[in-house]
Amino acid sequence: MNPATEHLIIAPILIPFLAGAIMLLYDDRQRKAKQAIGVAAAVALLLVSIELVNRSKDYALSGGNDMGFYLLGDWPMPFGIVLVLDRLSAMMVFLTSLLAVPSLIYAGAGWARQGQHFHSMFQFLLMGLNGAFLTGDLFNLFVFFEVLLAASYGLLLHGSGQLRVRAGLHYIAINLAASVLFLIGVSLIYGVTGTLNMAHLSSLMAGLPAADRPFVHAGAALLGFVFLVKAGIWPLSFWLPTAYMAGAAPVAAMFAIMTKVGVYAILRIAMLMFGAGAGASAGFGAPVLIAGGMATVAFGMIGVLASQGLGRMAAHLVLISSGTVLAVIGFSLAGGGPALLSGALFYLLSSTLATSALFLLLEPMSREEGGIAAMLALTADAYGLDPSQEAEEPEAGLATPAIITILGLGFGVCLLVLAGMPPLSGFIGKAAILARLMSQYAVPAALTWAFIGLMVLSGLAVLVGLVRIGIQTFWAPDGPVPRVLPLEIGPVAGLVGLILLLTVQAEEVMRYMQATARGLSVPDLYAEGVMEAPRVEDSEPRVETGE
Amino acid sequence: MEAVLAVAIGVLSASGIWLLLRPRTFQVIVGLCLLSYAVNLFIFSMGRITIGAPPIMPKGGFVDPTAYADPMPQALILTAIVISFATTALFLVVMIAARGVTGTDHVDGKERDP
Repeated sequence: MNPATEHLIIAPILIPFLAGAIMLLYDDRQRKAKQAIGVAAAVALLLVSIELVNRSKDYALSGGNDMGFYLLGDWPMPFGIVLVLDRLSAMMVFLTSLLAVPSLIYAGAGWARQGQHFHSMFQFLLMGLNGAFLTGDLFNLFVFFEVLLAASYGLLLHGSGQLRVRAGLHYIAINLAASVLFLIGVSLIYGVTGTLNMAHLSSLMAGLPAADRPFVHAGAALLGFVFLVKAGIWPLSFWLPTAYMAGAAPVAAMFAIMTKVGVYAILRIAMLMFGAGAGASAGFGAPVLIAGGMATVAFGMIGVLASQGLGRMAAHLVLISSGTVLAVIGFSLAGGGPALLSGALFYLLSSTLATSALFLLLEPMSREEGGIAAMLALTADAYGLDPSQEAEEPEAGLATPAIITILGLGFGVCLLVLAGMPPLSGFIGKAAILARLMSQYAVPAALTWAFIGLMVLSGLAVLVGLVRIGIQTFWAPDGPVPRVLPLEIGPVAGLVGLILLLTVQAEEVMRYMQATARGLSVPDLYAEGVMEAPRVEDSEPRVETGE
Repeated sequence: MEAVLAVAIGVLSASGIWLLLRPRTFQVIVGLCLLSYAVNLFIFSMGRITIGAPPIMPKGGFVDPTAYADPMPQALILTAIVISFATTALFLVVMIAARGVTGTDHVDGKERDP
């Protein structure tokens, strides 16, 4: 294979790393250049991820999930760290870059000015996310989690202000404690099995001695706990609404995928370690995922109904989305089979895009209520911005009636997707989940019906909550029309366009998801593939040096 | 020796958790430090406890693995120490900012109502 294309797998980590590092060298007076570098890096990332998705799709069909590998330092498996590109990781990297481009463009309209080094931190967040999606090694996963968390701490505090600092303090404390648990889990698994490689671990699971099994279960449970904190499962999610609400708009839009990192890690580890081929361990953790996921949906539903502002409501929508996916993973793990997962993956894709768009819409919609003005004043105060910089502030855009129409349309699309109403993609995802759920018999019927009822109810709650906000904002506006920059409308329109595209191309995407789910259900293929990953040395004659 | 190590890890993590649940930010950060010490010791013990065994093997020839310590946990601890050091420093900065912005060192940013 051409070496250049082989190295493409590590590009999603290297591009943001280099871009972020270069931008650290300059101070924030070079804002225009930084914005340009940031957007250029995000667009490059998007192109690379499109190529990676195509590649993971094009490979010859072995369970529909053929993979690319990248051995770091060319160490032989299972000793070295390996990056693995399969359909799932390619899709998640793609989703990350899809969210990154609009968020960055939106940030250029003003948010990036509200503090230091926004663009560097944003790039490091992307690096951590992509690394976490691509790595095939547990400890490396920990390192990338720390990278993305460190960047997210900075981003959450971006813009400063009392609310953000308070929410940030809780967010950091909880994540530091979770990191400690992550280390305990990883070392417990290493102590028993002697490996940190996920593929190696997966192939060892079936033959594990009965005396060692409880330790591996304990280690995996600790890891699962950490991922569930990130995914925001009830009762580990009380930090989430405040933190997401406090974050600046482009940051919150990007945070929409942060819960999905937890969901991704759960999906990956559970399918590899506790899939059908794991012997006595098969299905470990499924009851927790089902119960926790359903509780999360219920909690998010009540939260949506109880929320007064759109910010808090959007945060609870994130909870509903990740709770639904977690419960479906649980059903699939309990014997529901891979077919269930394809619907959940589709739902994950569309709901992440919609929540992200909603977070971007949120601030322009409530602009005239003094929220943003108060925030800006506080920020300027905290940073002691001099008047010369202040001079470029009042470019608030045009106040035209068309703006309210565009905002309203975008809001309507998000509403339909999140409530799971036809004809948009949210409905397709939900319908796929429900249809599969009803046609399988592994899970008790009562539980299945409880979940179905919960999903329908949560859709209704989302509809009620969002329509209430929509009526207040668009039909009964009591202030002047908000002034919005094209730079802020553009990204929202882009995300809405993506949702529409997803709806039109639903069949194609669904086919991709089905192949992804099939691949996930055959962990042996993944394990064998990774263990036999070819080294560079094997393909090229080695130049012997004297020894 | 196992007992001593186990007691040390236990005492460190118990103190760490207790401090983590206290209402003052300074107690929280000290608790997190203690917890990370406990975890580092725990990772160390997961490589099996050996005395006087080097983790690095000589090049070439027959190597008896039982005469050497497992180098992997030591590498993991090194990484974990660096990361926890960095994140703790970052947390400290946020704590000081919170103290400045809210005027109190309570973790919720306000004293509990009497």
